[in-house]
Amino acid sequence: MAEKKIYGMLAEFDSTRAIYHACEEVRDEGYKHWDACTPFPVHGLDKAMGLPPSKIPWIVLGMAILGGIAGFTLQWWTTVIDYPILIAGKPMFSWPAFMPVTFELTVLFGAFGAVFGMFGVNRLPTFNHPLFNSERFQAVTDDKFFIAIEARDPLYDKRKTKKLFKKLGATHIELVEE
Amino acid sequence: MSAHGHAPTITLEEATLPKDSILRKAPLLLAIVGIIGLALAYVTGGGDDGHHKQFYYSYVTSLMYWLSIALGGLFFVLCHHGSRAGWSTVVRRIAENFMITLPLFALLAVPLIIGMHDLFHWSHADAVANDKILQAKTWWLNSGGFIIRVIVVGVVWTIMSVTFYRWSTRQDEEGGDELSHKMRWAAPLGFLFFALSATVAAIDWMMSLDPHWYSTIFGVYYFASCVMMIMVAISLASMFLQRLGLLEKAITAEHYHDLGKLAFGFVVFWAYIGFSQYFLIWYANIPEETMWYAHRSTGGWEWVSLALAVFHFIVPFLFLMSRHIKRKKFTYAIGCLILAFAHYIDVFWIIQPTMEHFGHSHFSFHVADILAFVGIGGLFLAVFVWRTASKALVPIKDPRLAESLAHENF
Repeated sequence: MAEKKIYGMLAEFDSTRAIYHACEEVRDEGYKHWDACTPFPVHGLDKAMGLPPSKIPWIVLGMAILGGIAGFTLQWWTTVIDYPILIAGKPMFSWPAFMPVTFELTVLFGAFGAVFGMFGVNRLPTFNHPLFNSERFQAVTDDKFFIAIEARDPLYDKRKTKKLFKKLGATHIELVEE
Repeated sequence: MSAHGHAPTITLEEATLPKDSILRKAPLLLAIVGIIGLALAYVTGGGDDGHHKQFYYSYVTSLMYWLSIALGGLFFVLCHHGSRAGWSTVVRRIAENFMITLPLFALLAVPLIIGMHDLFHWSHADAVANDKILQAKTWWLNSGGFIIRVIVVGVVWTIMSVTFYRWSTRQDEEGGDELSHKMRWAAPLGFLFFALSATVAAIDWMMSLDPHWYSTIFGVYYFASCVMMIMVAISLASMFLQRLGLLEKAITAEHYHDLGKLAFGFVVFWAYIGFSQYFLIWYANIPEETMWYAHRSTGGWEWVSLALAVFHFIVPFLFLMSRHIKRKKFTYAIGCLILAFAHYIDVFWIIQPTMEHFGHSHFSFHVADILAFVGIGGLFLAVFVWRTASKALVPIKDPRLAESLAHENF
């Protein structure tokens, strides 16, 4: 059997402080394909990792505008163009009456954008991940902090990356198979 | 809490106005400006007939404007304790200093009793005698009841604001968490009295100016402005203190961001309530309800209504949506000023069209409006600055101060 492909190198850290500094260093080294995994949210870690601002707000904004337009035009088209009915002697185009549905659809589409946009950006659902091949990685849901640098990163080099992790105070370093 | 660096702290010295600060002389100056402003408003707002109708309308407009900040301050403090908040500890003293102006407003409400006949159509016995609608409302809208409610509301505000202020400042000396528990215990009770008293004030002092009209959502409408305005006031006061070199490290972009989010949220809430009120009346189309809006869509008032929709919703909604706008002091200050201006349009739009109650109301802006605004604003800020100068600028021994200093959004 052919040798299994290497996914990347996994380093284990003991504290938030250690992983915070490690992330800053990995970021400054210029790695692109890597991630940090922690048992709980560590404030400021996104900055230490150099992550760009989230795309979610733009998805939500776009979806909310779409929902608002959809809700308004649906009502306008049905009550003014397609099947006009006179209600309470009010003008056919009574925009205040359209507002509740327009508002609700704006919120609904915005919420869809937030939830499904989040799924998309996080590539969910992901049923398995190469990092689960590591026995020690299970501690990520308990008390250990991990950084994984992927083998596809152009800067990835078995020797150099290992040296970097050692310098940063990793308590355990291993290669993870695909 | 970020994983690096030391936990931020603040000393009593850093959180106290310097002895030689110019602000220490400001309260007296502001009070003098306030009294002169009100006196001039009274003179310019007088009519040829010896009545001071214009003055009282300008007065109640400005009163409701500045009162919204004081009531908002009380609500902010109650929310802080009631929800056991951590992030807002660092700005709570500023909110408390706004809140402690409530005893002043209890006094400033007294002219409403003196000018009752100039303000309130329902206080004229001859008008009520020929009016079925007003007769049906006399159980609430009568002079005796009005006076009692002004006194009760004033007493409730004074007791609540002084109690919470005393507890909070006592903790500055004693420390410990006992007073925090006490305030948390009292906050839910405070909400009850806050809701009732603010609603009574909004209905009696603003809504009953047009006694034929009513809106069951009116108290909530004013409440929405109160909460929006306290976020604006805390933000602007923080920026001002930081310009003087105070609390520079204590109040960060994180706090402005959160205050901005709440201001944004409550401007949207205001629009939601305002539109709901309009929507139901527009739909039902009952004359004594639609009259209120009819007065505001003719005689130049239609432009004020339009300005209200633009500056109280559309512009701030689009402007304050981005997090970057709220996290930069300069752009966020612009947003706050837009909201502060819009709130004036709001109270003016509610109150002033009722001045020519049975004539045809034309939009007009009187010099007494400016003078009364400066007058009540001067007195309000005099109390605020006086309290700011007398105590620490943050609750210095609050158990959650460290959490607030280190506060970070995601």
